Amino acid sequence: MHAINYESPKTIDEAVKLLAAHGEKARPLSGGTDLLIQLRAGTRRPDFVVDIKHIADLCKISFSAQHGLSLGAAVPCLEIHENPHLRRHYPGLTEAAHLIGSLQIQSRATVGGNLCNGSPAADTTPALIALGAMARIAGPGGERTVPVEGFCLSPGRTVLKPGELLVEFQIPAPAKYSSDAYLRFIPRNEMDIAVVGVGVALTLDPANDHVVAARIALGAVGPTPIFATQAVQALVGKKLDDAAIANAGTLAIAAATPIDDMRGTAEYRRHVVGVLTRRALAIAATRAKASA
Amino acid sequence: MVHKVIVETTINGDPVELLCEPRQSLLEVLRDELDLTGSKEGCLTGDCGACTVIVDGRAVCSCLMLGAEAAGKHITTVEGLANGATLHVLQQKFLEHASLQCGICTPGFLMSAKALLDHNPNPTEGEIRYALAGNLCRCTGYDKIVKAVVDAARHGVGASQHGKVPTESTAEVTRDILEREKR
Amino acid sequence: MAASTNGTEYKIIGTRPIRHDGVDKVTGRAKYGADYTFPGMLFGKVLRSPHAHALIKSINTEKARALPGVKAIVTSADLPKLADKMEAAGEQAINLNHLSMNILARGKVLYDGHAVAAVAATSGHIADEALRLIEVEYEVLPPVMLVDDAMKPGAPILLDSLRNKEDGPDQQTNVAAHMQFKRGDVNEGFKQADYIIEREFKTAMVHQGYIEPHNAVGIYNADGHATIYCSTQGTFVVRSLTAAVLGISEGKIKVVPAEIGGGFGGKTTVYLEPLSVLLSKLTGSPVKLTMTRAEVLRATGPTSGSTIRCKMGATKDGMLVAGQCWLAYEAGAFPGSPVGAGAMTILSPYNIPNILVDAYDVVVNRPKTAAYRAPGASNAAMASETVVDELAEKCGLDPIEFRLKNASHDGTPQTVGPPFKKIGMIETLEAIKNSEHYKSKLTGPNRGRGVASGFWFNVGLQSSATINVHTDGTVSVVIGSVDIGGTRAAQAMIAAEVLGVDINDVRPVVADTDSIGHTDVTGGSRTCFATGWAVYEAAQDIVRQLKERAAKLWEKKPEEVVFANGMLSPASGNGVKPMSLKELAPRLARTGGPIVGRATINARGVGPAFATTLVDLEVDPDTGKVQILRVTVAQDVGKAIHPAYVEGQMQGGTAQGIGWALNEEYFYDDKGILRNTGLLDYRMPTCLDLPAMETIMVEVPTPGHPLGVRGVGEVPIVPPPAAVANAIYRATGVRMLELPMSPPRLLKAMLKKRAASDSQAAAAD
Repeated sequence: MHAINYESPKTIDEAVKLLAAHGEKARPLSGGTDLLIQLRAGTRRPDFVVDIKHIADLCKISFSAQHGLSLGAAVPCLEIHENPHLRRHYPGLTEAAHLIGSLQIQSRATVGGNLCNGSPAADTTPALIALGAMARIAGPGGERTVPVEGFCLSPGRTVLKPGELLVEFQIPAPAKYSSDAYLRFIPRNEMDIAVVGVGVALTLDPANDHVVAARIALGAVGPTPIFATQAVQALVGKKLDDAAIANAGTLAIAAATPIDDMRGTAEYRRHVVGVLTRRALAIAATRAKASA
Repeated sequence: MVHKVIVETTINGDPVELLCEPRQSLLEVLRDELDLTGSKEGCLTGDCGACTVIVDGRAVCSCLMLGAEAAGKHITTVEGLANGATLHVLQQKFLEHASLQCGICTPGFLMSAKALLDHNPNPTEGEIRYALAGNLCRCTGYDKIVKAVVDAARHGVGASQHGKVPTESTAEVTRDILEREKR
Repeated sequence: MAASTNGTEYKIIGTRPIRHDGVDKVTGRAKYGADYTFPGMLFGKVLRSPHAHALIKSINTEKARALPGVKAIVTSADLPKLADKMEAAGEQAINLNHLSMNILARGKVLYDGHAVAAVAATSGHIADEALRLIEVEYEVLPPVMLVDDAMKPGAPILLDSLRNKEDGPDQQTNVAAHMQFKRGDVNEGFKQADYIIEREFKTAMVHQGYIEPHNAVGIYNADGHATIYCSTQGTFVVRSLTAAVLGISEGKIKVVPAEIGGGFGGKTTVYLEPLSVLLSKLTGSPVKLTMTRAEVLRATGPTSGSTIRCKMGATKDGMLVAGQCWLAYEAGAFPGSPVGAGAMTILSPYNIPNILVDAYDVVVNRPKTAAYRAPGASNAAMASETVVDELAEKCGLDPIEFRLKNASHDGTPQTVGPPFKKIGMIETLEAIKNSEHYKSKLTGPNRGRGVASGFWFNVGLQSSATINVHTDGTVSVVIGSVDIGGTRAAQAMIAAEVLGVDINDVRPVVADTDSIGHTDVTGGSRTCFATGWAVYEAAQDIVRQLKERAAKLWEKKPEEVVFANGMLSPASGNGVKPMSLKELAPRLARTGGPIVGRATINARGVGPAFATTLVDLEVDPDTGKVQILRVTVAQDVGKAIHPAYVEGQMQGGTAQGIGWALNEEYFYDDKGILRNTGLLDYRMPTCLDLPAMETIMVEVPTPGHPLGVRGVGEVPIVPPPAAVANAIYRATGVRMLELPMSPPRLLKAMLKKRAASDSQAAAAD
């Protein structure tokens, strides 16, 4: 590995100053489970590594039933999964956090890092998109907020400009009769990168099983995570029966633009998008009904 | 010019002050600077778990953490597992169950198992297999490793704290796995 | 407590003592190769080819040498050019010229990851950065990645000088060898058959997957002697091959065995060892080289991918009458795939009167293959055991009954060599048939149960053993066999059993090449068989000397002293108190001095191994993913010295076989670049992927061996791929003919079958 400098600022301001001062030569270090591998492989060669885990605001989880969830970008995945409130109100997100790598990885890896790494296969990103999460970004020019589905631009590239730092996710409070689910397909039972990931969030009308609101996001089947808007539009206002679920699966497949690689063929991935969308919708529906 | 950094940390209960290059991983610092070679390098990508150590109560891959990040942390390595000349119950059970063949993965498995039992003294077999899934063993097929951890929980760590015996058949574990996929 | 074989009662053999190296290995104290450091030590790294096939036009090391901290850089120009000479290397022979060219490419790179240069620097990071500064100019050539392509006329040629007998001295080729084995007349045989099944199989290249990357520390002394510390399966192989590659005499090299973190055959050759000595010689400092995981996957191991056609015929009543096989194995960049072993094992579990087997060793632009646990046999068994399963179904017979009808036994002719002596194929089938697992019902949709058998030769080869008796009555057993999976304990148990001492009074020691006689690799399932035999004989040598000493004390002739149950006593009792080794040991000084027992062996009469594996699994009908529900393996283990470690071999081999069956494979892109260079995408099973592993040890002692030992390490990897394939067939109706049976492949086959049956149903409507 090339030589690096290590900095560990205590505040967002300090971090932004450091990042802005060094521009492309600086890279924030969160859990490090992707960054250290990239440094060793030489695929990223920053001169400055800025450890953001000493910034208190980035390590906070705050949840209220009224305001929803503020999730610091540097909270490790295991802490998310261990949080009983999050497990109850955002089971899909906590599942996604609990699927990343091993427990050793989850002890370090963060949802913010997962997103900023820009991999289309990031497990937590579809779960965040499904929940309608917003990414709060601090920068030399002040703050801005971006919907997570608009965060990734291409593999490894995001909307973050030099000097900018992802601070937290803002996730709306769960509506009544709503829930989420995240499923991914991997060849083994653990330790693999998603071949396909599907996150869904649903709000149901308990009187007639109609879909009040829905969001579906797909991972690993395009250059960025995909927000499957047509699949969602087809669901809203409809009764969530087998035919509606099957139709949503078909429309999710249509939204996917996968490639052939060592993790699966495009053909296979499209098929599995349909399978997981159907399964995830069924799980989210069951949870939504049980949530009240 | 890149400067070395001074890191004050606690390793196996002892305060340690060390000087390292920022690019050195915790694994490198342990092995190359402190001569704690019990933590092994198998992949440097977090996929094999041979370098697992416990940092502030959590199992982590020491290859994916910088030495500089160890500042202020409490770190336990395999060298700190035994109590003096008395083996930890996990070490003893690994020996009794012939849970190691070549032994290169053993330190990592011991640390993952310790992190599990510290949090959950009475894990089911499914929980044990999940907690150890980040540690690859190529020799044993895992059978004797899992049995040793079950035994350690039953007769050691778990028994002393709760006296509850975890019971679960392999068929139940497999069912859990299948459920997880399909749910 | 006491175990018995053939009426022999044992006190220690068959028990499960804690291994002697155990505490070191659970406390982190055991020293593996990468754990060694020496004052002033430098760190070495290897530059590797980014191309699958290219000419090296030039190598410029100037910028790299200028980097502060860089001490030496070597290329193949620094190695002597060797003739095409074959050198014995454990189980197989190696062409020294090819070996040298594999260690550092000479003029041409033959695979992605082929070593081109090596650097020594004051830190690993500096050495890494230096690699980036070495400028290599390549002329890229088209690669050839598959045996089927490499065998076609006009295929890109890897080795200009490679020839084979059939094509003659003028024809360049990628086919390094063609072997043929026959018995009877297959054409006549197939005429007698009521059912004939013929299938073509493809299996992917897979890696041994040891968790410890290769390593070596070389220390070259000014007096011309060198010492190598490394994790290897064979110190003597490292010594002879390193000496040959460097052009120095063997006696000038000492190899010290570090603990070894897995090998499975992959650590029976050299990669880094000669480089460590060469760099040490140039710098005057100790030099340590360790590989990254990517280097391990790109440039070491693997075992061959293959194309296999298998045709077998049976009569209606289920008797096999003919078998014809065609096997082509990827050798990697240099000749030497295990296709010969594949050919000689493929039909061995069965007594088939007419056989014809053709085998081709083919070079392709992939890393040179190395031995992997029963090399070549798993590929072959995938083919033959699937075809056998189909024939059993055709005949309307239970797959175990079909196998029992045809099973090899005492007197069955082998593909090559004399007929089998006492073997346990039938016994493993009976053990599975009588198991609770086989008798249990497998219920539920998408589930299936499959069975398959496997055969492996095992080897004998050379071993040495020394036993020292200490004055307190403890003994040390000194051997040259590296302990890769608990064999120290087994050797100690054999000595303790013969000498009648406590197992904890025996210290097993694995010695360096200067301190023990020649001992071949820990491989070929030979360690307990051959080294164990040497230890047994060395212990007998001790017993002989103990009798002499006791005779002296008792003023008798040695032949008048009896040694039984650990006690020396006069043959005719005259009131003398019997004496143990422990009691005699303090008196050795007064009866002639220390006692050292010695034995060497070139072990003959090796007992072949058979295993039968039973697998239950469930297939996700929507994704093609397979979950293994239950596994039982029955194996003829001859005589289990330490049953826990024998079970461990059975379980570990089965786990590797399941990985091979389901998800492990090398992915090369169209340019011949390896895409899965890490353990994220080279998918070995985790503990969540495998169930508990049930084992049934069947003990059919090897005739001729003093303890009946049979090698146990390799054969358990042979049946699993076919057992899994046969179970998938029962679960889905799909016959998988390609490894691995990964979710995309299986789903595709399932969807194809569903589409076919849907269209049939539509036609019927």
